[in-house]
Amino acid sequence: MIRTLLAATALCCTMPALAKTITVEAGADAQERLQEALILAEPGDVVELGTGTFELTDGLSLDVDKVTVRGAGMNKSILNFAGQLGAGEGLLVTSDDVVLRDFAVEDSKGDGIKSKGADRIVYHAVRVEWTGGPKASNGAYGIYPVEASDILVQDSVVRGASDAGIYVGQSKNIIVRRNTAIENVAGIEIENSFDAEVTENLVTENTGGILVFDLPNLPQMGGHNVLVARNAIINNNTDNFAPEGNIVASVPAGTGVMVMANRNVQVVENAMINNGTSNVMVVAYTQKFNDPNYDPTPRDVYIADNVYGRAGFAPDFEGGQQLAAAFGGALPAVFYDGLGKGLIVNDAVPVLNLGLTEVGQSPMEAKPSLHKQKGPGEAAALSPIILPASMEAALK
Amino acid sequence: MRTFLAATALCVAGFAVSAAPTAPVALVDDAVITANGMPKKLSDFGFFKDQAGWQPNKGVELYQLNSPLFTDYAEKYRYIYIPAGKKAVAGGDGVVQFPVGSALIKSFGYEIDGQDRLLETRVLLHRADGWIALPYVWNAEQTEATLKVAGKRIPVSFTDPSGNKRDISYAVPNKNQCKECHSLSGAVVPIGPKMRNLPHDTLDMLLSNAMLEKTAGDHPPIPDYADDGMPLESRARAYLDINCAHCHNREGSASNSGLFLTYEEEALVHLGVGKRPVAAGRGSGGFEFAIAPGEPDQSIMMHRLKSLEPGVAMPEVGRSLVHEEGAALLSEWIAAMEKE
Repeated sequence: MIRTLLAATALCCTMPALAKTITVEAGADAQERLQEALILAEPGDVVELGTGTFELTDGLSLDVDKVTVRGAGMNKSILNFAGQLGAGEGLLVTSDDVVLRDFAVEDSKGDGIKSKGADRIVYHAVRVEWTGGPKASNGAYGIYPVEASDILVQDSVVRGASDAGIYVGQSKNIIVRRNTAIENVAGIEIENSFDAEVTENLVTENTGGILVFDLPNLPQMGGHNVLVARNAIINNNTDNFAPEGNIVASVPAGTGVMVMANRNVQVVENAMINNGTSNVMVVAYTQKFNDPNYDPTPRDVYIADNVYGRAGFAPDFEGGQQLAAAFGGALPAVFYDGLGKGLIVNDAVPVLNLGLTEVGQSPMEAKPSLHKQKGPGEAAALSPIILPASMEAALK
Repeated sequence: MRTFLAATALCVAGFAVSAAPTAPVALVDDAVITANGMPKKLSDFGFFKDQAGWQPNKGVELYQLNSPLFTDYAEKYRYIYIPAGKKAVAGGDGVVQFPVGSALIKSFGYEIDGQDRLLETRVLLHRADGWIALPYVWNAEQTEATLKVAGKRIPVSFTDPSGNKRDISYAVPNKNQCKECHSLSGAVVPIGPKMRNLPHDTLDMLLSNAMLEKTAGDHPPIPDYADDGMPLESRARAYLDINCAHCHNREGSASNSGLFLTYEEEALVHLGVGKRPVAAGRGSGGFEFAIAPGEPDQSIMMHRLKSLEPGVAMPEVGRSLVHEEGAALLSEWIAAMEKE
């Protein structure tokens, strides 16, 4: 009897409240109505955005687990932040198991959508855009999950970010697939993160296409296990419009893929075409730092089975033109600073090796040559990223 | 000065109310504090004897902080409520642990047209499953404050301490924004009442009312950053601690920034010295370091402190004016650092 009673009580306690759909339409007082819906939503609820443009006056935020925010489509339900008076981003998510889908965030003053510490988050078919195109006054990141485990960003579009269109920072277990990143400083950036797949994205007209970085003095360092595969990385020659001081401000225009200070990164089966500085750069972090736990070098980077178009015809760094002249008018498709260890390039393209021997060495001391590799190298395949089933199920 | 003003305001308001006949007042409603849900009206709690929210009820005590957070020069009136027969406990770490049923209450207002007016009252309620933060906005008649979970913007005109007329869009934070600052590893916590930030008279009051028990430890107070008799270094660190460190700490909302501004932080690079930005975007202002020693005008920290633009301005919420005095203090502190 007691046992049954206890069991029944336990059931009551764990049963979620009946999930409901809260519909919010565009129109007057959109800020208060939408923010209130996001606050009063309960786990399991769907906050549904109507068709039209929501004129917001402040940032929005969601801090309830297991809530879906769903619009009528990335060109139909538009959260417009042009009149925003406060907050560091358009939409901030700080709860777990959230699904964001089928709406747009336009012209936010800071970042577009930030999710911090939000585990198992899904971004599906959202658009984040600064509608005036590339400008230094645009917000930094478009889609910005940070400090989380299990992240899925797919079928989304990001344009105009003055730092990275899609930026995943200090996180684990990440899939970024089938997105379009256009006219950002960095199209897609994976930074200080572990276990990521960046696949099947169209990355074009950015300053740099796909960046895999690690930076010092951060709570999570030692970025590793990143797969960059089956992406179209084309025409990333937009002048760098990042505000100085930020690491991406140092990315040369015309960068296809850039791997910096990471370990176990595989760049395979991509189409890399018409990137004026280089299709792939493999380099160390060169700025001064004070952090004994930080390794600034690239290690075990594997490049294979890619399709290459033109590259290196307009190198955007000091001395680049002379260097290109020395190599017959264009830099080789792959650019390596010579630091770290374990670089394997199996593709039949020339690889420039700057021949640096110490991190932070002046490029003037470079001894550029063509990188020689005796036959194809081998690297163990990275383990596929498996996300919790609940994340895929949420999209059905 | 601030204490004096608050006390005066209390007397004046008290006088006005006591002149009118008043009905016997009920006590603070403990059940409303601890029950689930979000009471619609501030008066549901019974924190104040009067409708206008100036006369604290029995058990609700006015208190002060050594160094207060800047919120657009608003006057702030802080109250603490601990249920009868219970005590807060200050442990060795100087963090005050409040018993379930406690409430921290903070009213914000300005002197407008010669009258003290309240704009909002924020409450932090300690329930069995943790703290909850709720914002209440006062009506124009100053007779009731109503829950506004989504926050509110209120146009305000007032005169700042330097005599400048100010017109601002005062932002009452929404419930989530309350948590953005009051967050430690994702849970809501109080910020202000730590042992080191409570002045002697407040501590004496809490101890003599048997509201607080000190179990261990000595907690040297942090200075009032406005007290220019104190060393520059500790004033600047006190300012950063109370204005920035609620987010900029290893478990706070800005944990990913690597910029940690607590009073205890020892690593210069985490305080910002020679630290490059991570996710600052245009917040960097084109500068390389959070703090460029000796060069406040080349320091991102100063740039963001002096900005009013969303996306650049720090703190991200709760400020629509530049805190000139605070900026001057930090500028002086950075200028005094030896150039690298």
